[in-house]
Order: sequence, then C-alpha cells, then structure tokens
Amino acid sequence: MAVTTYSGAEQYNFDVVKKFAIMSLVWAVVGMFVGVYIASELAWPFLNFDSPYFSFGRFRPVHTSAVIFGFGGSALFATSYYVVQRTCQTRLVSDGMASFTFWGWQTVIVLAALSYVMGYSQGREYAEMEWPIDLLVEVVWVSYLIVYVGTIMRRKQPHIYVANWFYLSFILATALLHTFNNLAMPVDLFSMKSYSLFSGTQDAMTQWWYGHNAVGFFLTAAFLGMMYYFVPKQAGRPIYSYRLSIVHFWALSFMYMWVGGHHLHWTALPDWTSSLAAAFSILLLMPSWGGMINGIMTLSGAWDKMRTDPVMRFMIVALSFYGMSTFEGPMMSLKEVNALSHYTDWTVGHVHSGALGWVAMISFGSLYHMIPKLWETKIYSGRLVEWHFWLATIGIVLYIVAMWISGITQGLMWRAFDEFGNLQYSFVESVAAMVPFYAMRAIGGMFFLTGASMMAFNMFMTIRQGKRENAALEARLAAKMAQA
Amino acid sequence: MEWLLWFSRPENTKPLALVIFFVTFIGIVVYVYGSKKRGKRLESYRDIPFLDDWQGTKDKQ
Repeated sequence: MAVTTYSGAEQYNFDVVKKFAIMSLVWAVVGMFVGVYIASELAWPFLNFDSPYFSFGRFRPVHTSAVIFGFGGSALFATSYYVVQRTCQTRLVSDGMASFTFWGWQTVIVLAALSYVMGYSQGREYAEMEWPIDLLVEVVWVSYLIVYVGTIMRRKQPHIYVANWFYLSFILATALLHTFNNLAMPVDLFSMKSYSLFSGTQDAMTQWWYGHNAVGFFLTAAFLGMMYYFVPKQAGRPIYSYRLSIVHFWALSFMYMWVGGHHLHWTALPDWTSSLAAAFSILLLMPSWGGMINGIMTLSGAWDKMRTDPVMRFMIVALSFYGMSTFEGPMMSLKEVNALSHYTDWTVGHVHSGALGWVAMISFGSLYHMIPKLWETKIYSGRLVEWHFWLATIGIVLYIVAMWISGITQGLMWRAFDEFGNLQYSFVESVAAMVPFYAMRAIGGMFFLTGASMMAFNMFMTIRQGKRENAALEARLAAKMAQA
Repeated sequence: MEWLLWFSRPENTKPLALVIFFVTFIGIVVYVYGSKKRGKRLESYRDIPFLDDWQGTKDKQ
C-alpha cells in the first residue's frame, strides 16, 4: 500500500464536494416538505385546493425526485467525489467536468420539478422526466462516469478501496438503467411528449427492471459505498472484514439485476419470470445482511460510541434499518405475501423504512462527519444533532407503523367476502378506514422534516463558524508575516 | 449456425447459467478465503481510509 500524507485542501478538489453537500441539505428540506404536504393532502384533501397545480398526482413526483435525486443524488455526488479523492490520494481528473456535473444535475432537478407541476410526465415511476430532461441526465451522467473513472485511473494508491467499487457499480448500473428505461420516440422535435419503445407487459417489465434496480444501485449500492468509508472513519477503526466486503459486493451486484419482476406478481408477466425474481429476492437477503453485519461489527470493541457519539448512532441505526428493510423486502416478494401487500400502503411503508431509515440516516451521518472536515471546524451544536437523531427516529417509527397498519387493513378489506360471495367492502370504505393512519403518517413526516431542518440550520452555522475561524487564522498568519 | 439454437432452449440455458454463476461464486469465495497470505493482503486494505488523514491542520474533530 502506498502511504501519502495529506498536504492540505489544494491537493483535492473540495469545492465541488462542498457545493453538492450544501445542495443535498437544501433538497432534503425542500423534498421532505413536499412529502409532508402530499401526505397531508391524503389525510386532509382540502389541501389539493381543487387545483391541478397543487394536486397529489403532480406533487408526488416532485417529492420523489427532490428526495431521491436532489437530496440522495447530491449526497452521493458529494461523498463519492470526497471518497474517491481521499482513498485514491489524488485530485479529481477534471475540475471543469466536475463543476459541469454539479450545475447539470441541479438543472435536472429544477427542470424536473417544474415540468411535473406543469403536468408533463411520462408516467414511469421514479423516471417521470420527459425526454429532453432525460437527455440532459444522460450527458451529466456520462460526465460523472468520466470524472470518476479518470480519477481512479490516476490514483496514487495501487489498490482501489471497496467503497469505490460500490460507487462505480452505482454509476455504471444507473447509466444502463436510465438509458434503456427511457428509450422513447418523441411526438415531434418541439414537443415534450414521447412514447416508449416498449409496450404492454414488456414495458411494465422494463419499468420495474429500472424501478427495482434504482433501489438496488442508486439507493443501496451507492449508499453502501458511503457506509464503507464513513462508518470506519467515524468509528476510528477499519471495517470489520475486508474479505467479507468483497463477497458482499459481487453477490449484491449480481443478484439485484434479477429481482425487478417481483413488482409484477399476479399480472400478465409470465409466471416463471416473477418466480425467478422472488427466488433471487430471497437469495439477496444473504449479501444484504452480510454487508449490514460488516458495518455494525466495525464498532466491535467500541460500542460505547453508540452512547457518546450521536453521529455514530445515525450510522448504526441506518444499518439496522437496512437490515430490517432487506428482510421485509424478500418477505414481501413471496407471492402469497405479495397477494396481500401489493397495491397497499404496506409497500409505501416498506419503501420509507429503506429511504428514511437507511438512505437518509446514513446520509445524515456521513454529512455530519464530512461537512465539518470540509470547512475545517467542528459541529456547531452537538445538542441539535441529538435532537435531530431522536426526531428522525420517532418520525420513521410513526411513519412505518402507520403504513403497516393501514396497508394490512387495506389488503384484508379488499379480499374480504360476505356470506353470498360478494366483496364485503366498497373501495371507498377502505379509503375512509385509512384516514387516521394517513394523519399519523403525515405527523411522522413532520417529525422527520423538523429534524432535517435542524440539521440544515446546524450545518449552516457550522459552515459560517468554519469560515470565520479560517478568516481569523489567515489574519493572524498575515499579521505574523508582516511582523517578520 | 445450427448450434446456436441449442441456446434458445431454456432447458439447456438454465442449467448452463446455474453452472456458470455457481462456479463463479465459488471461485470468488475460494479467492477471498482460500489463502492465508492473500487474506492477510486483502485485509491490509482496510486501512486505506486512514492513510491520508489530516496532518498539521486544524482538524478539531
């Protein structure tokens, strides 16, 4: 192994990392606010104001895009650029291209949000952007790939650290998924509307091949890359087993690609395809838990950090939610369970136990670690971090418990028959039964949003503190130089 | 090109895929855990995140 001592911020391009880290916090607050708003619309429908611009249907993709691509995506750009530079001990290959990925990505998020509110959507879940925005995503993503691979190629460290493998698999898989899921023919050159190249069942299969691999590579593999760097750094001890991380990487990368079909159980999709997807989903439990154990066991011998270090607590709780949702997912992929859970709020609860519990919590932990280091200071308020942790945890629990109860109730009501063999409940009766749980979910979301807003304030103050300290240090140095 | 038709039958390609993937997986496990010397080398990479730690800067964390 090559050992290179760190010689200051000039060695690395931290400017783009800082920009992405700040925008990650901005999109977290914006995206979660929209999430709370649409959750409230379901509980208190007057919030739709009888206007298409405020309707759930248009705001929902604004929420998903802002949190997944805005918050999650910006956090991934920030941490991947940080990790690849520090573990390869080299500067990003091109500052210009890195800067282009920042401005391009932010433009994508803004254009997507505006287009959804205006009513433009291609109706593909997590890929609602119409074709002109898809093309911009393609250009930005290829630039990201070039910057990332170029930086790895000029590394000073002979071995490529495992976190980079996860990040790279995320970049490559996302490029593949985005390209094939969005193959479409525009109505004309000056129209936002286009039609998919696929149709019928093949179109549904393509969408869920994309949809589940977006979960697998964007929301899992990439954040595991984050975990493999930031958990050891925060714990102050290396990852529990490097060899386990290698098996984890290959098993996870291979298996995820097959499981999309489990979203289409009991449909026109051939039975063998969805059975195969269910079988791979069950197998996926092993690498998922292998990774979780590797992360949690990193703290072996230093468990007291769970009590004393709130940032570490974010990371370990994130891994626990990762373990829980990767158990729940395979269970829901079983056809018998899916017959009850599919199309109900249980799925929404499952997605959020992964998205809030795993993705958001590991991102919060990593950003709490990274932002003070970027601005060379310490966290402004440890107490606010503590508050954030508890608000986020209580918020997630409220959210997923509400969705479990509401989802299972929905499933049972929809399949209930009376003594004559007719459906016992009308659909609207099941909707009325959901209202208390929708209110509970909205309140859970409010807890989570409050915590995220506290973090944004805390980090804003941390950055301001870092800038002031640096200015004071520079002034002292200048004074010393003047005296000498 | 007749021989290519062999691959079009699921009863042929399913066991073939099983053999290829299973052998690959076993190969990875053997590579990772099969040699003490290699294992020691692989485990030494755990320390990479700590190799470029701040030196002489005001990192107060």
